Amino acid sequence: MIVFDNVAKRYPNGREALAGVSFTIQPGEFVFLTGRSGAGKSSVLKLIALLERPTRGTVTVGGQNTGKLRSSKIPAYRRAIGVVFQDHKLLLDRPIYDNVALPLVVAGTPLREVDRRVRAALDQVGLLGRERSSPTELSVGEQQRVGIARAVISKPRLLIADEPTGNLDPGLAVDVMRVFRRFQEVGVTVIVASHDPHLVEQFAQREIVLDGGRVTADTLHARAAARMTAVAPKLADLPNIDLRT
Amino acid sequence: MSGAVSSYGTRHLQAFFGALGRLTRAPLATLLTLIVIGVALALPAGLALVVNNLRLATGDLSNAVDFTVHFKLGTPIERVEQLAKNARERSGVDSVTVTTADQALAEFKEASGFGDALAALEDNPLPHHLTVRPARNASGPTEVESLRRYFAAFPEVEIVQLDLDWVRRLHTLLDLLKRSLWVVMTVLGLGVLAVIGNTIRLEIQHRRAEIEVTKLVGGSNAFVRRPFLYTGLFYGLGGALLAALIVMGGLAYLDQAVRELSAQYGGSYRMIGLGPEGTGMLAGVGAVLGWLGALISTGRHLRQIQPRA
Repeated sequence: MIVFDNVAKRYPNGREALAGVSFTIQPGEFVFLTGRSGAGKSSVLKLIALLERPTRGTVTVGGQNTGKLRSSKIPAYRRAIGVVFQDHKLLLDRPIYDNVALPLVVAGTPLREVDRRVRAALDQVGLLGRERSSPTELSVGEQQRVGIARAVISKPRLLIADEPTGNLDPGLAVDVMRVFRRFQEVGVTVIVASHDPHLVEQFAQREIVLDGGRVTADTLHARAAARMTAVAPKLADLPNIDLRT
Repeated sequence: MSGAVSSYGTRHLQAFFGALGRLTRAPLATLLTLIVIGVALALPAGLALVVNNLRLATGDLSNAVDFTVHFKLGTPIERVEQLAKNARERSGVDSVTVTTADQALAEFKEASGFGDALAALEDNPLPHHLTVRPARNASGPTEVESLRRYFAAFPEVEIVQLDLDWVRRLHTLLDLLKRSLWVVMTVLGLGVLAVIGNTIRLEIQHRRAEIEVTKLVGGSNAFVRRPFLYTGLFYGLGGALLAALIVMGGLAYLDQAVRELSAQYGGSYRMIGLGPEGTGMLAGVGAVLGWLGALISTGRHLRQIQPRA
């Protein structure tokens, strides 16, 4: 469960990105953060990924108040979360295999296990067989899928994505969102920041709208509501986000 | 527990071979850096070796502060022997050698070449004397002067022959040499730190994107720092081994000339090299300097890359 309780974030340059944001996200939800550029979507994701700390209020992820997390525990916390970036953040001088394997390598996973899981992750995003290719040989959509494979290889219980389809044409954007949907269907909590209304309309189960650093709407879409009701018992059984790994 | 140890070992092995791989993939840059470090380490190592050889060639300068205690004519040899025995038990005394008047005369006859003339003497004009060698840790001007006073206080002693000015000069010279060596070692050690630190800084800048992504996916600061520490270690170690080769090469070049010079003085001195112990020490110093340079550099420059934690 993710709880934002009256969270504010002011950056060193004085810009107030969030001003008293509160919401709760249950395990297994698929949530869209929407709003105009500068509304505070990325700041919310950065606070969840502990790339930033709140100026005021508390952010609780998996029962852990992130503001009280010691610096030495932050890497393990990040390893428990899958993050997909708009600009992919791939290492262009390394093959796809190395890019996807990176979270496991930093976790000290045995090489045989790394190999097995890299292939499985690439298979999930439809890139099996391209392990030795360079990211520069891939299309933008394929690069984004490599980013997703890297984000999910550690089997995170939480997947966050900041404008993952920002650079993609509509067809590829839908493909990427379908990949996210598949992870959500197996119990992963997915939070996507996007300002694409078509995608939100097509995929959103819940939409949190931000404007000027405040939550202006928090909507459970009708179709999703029905779906949520159907899977409620399943969601209730889902474990919390495990930060111990 | 064993899983955690295995994981820790795996990460170290990855960092170790990763660092080694990066160095071998850029052989020219690596070699140039190693040469700079090697030369910087070879200078103090060579200087230390020269000082050591000088020390050995001159008998460790151990006889440089010897002094002689001359007894009054007619002092019984038993009394001289007794004083010598007492003196040997004092701290600060390495050895006391008794030379009887007869031995002194015999030596003088042989050394002076006046054997026949001296044979004409009715009585031996030379007294018994002691040759006193202060202990190595008590060979300073103050300790030697204290020892001189001890012997001079006996009524049987005629004179204590000691050139205190020479002792002072010798100690000043040795102190100067020692300080020079430390200055050279410190300056060049700092130079090695700076070279390795700068090399690591450039490496960090070159790999900035990789470091950033590694931290974003959960790489700890220790994980990010580790390959750079190994790189520094390899630079230091490689530079030290290169320095050992440079010193050995220089020694081999000088050895023939030293032998010829030694032969002209009737000796057969050969230059002493670093040996396994010296090479090991040099390698250790190089490795520590390399590791330290990398530690300082990573501590300073990795902090500038977001995310910090």
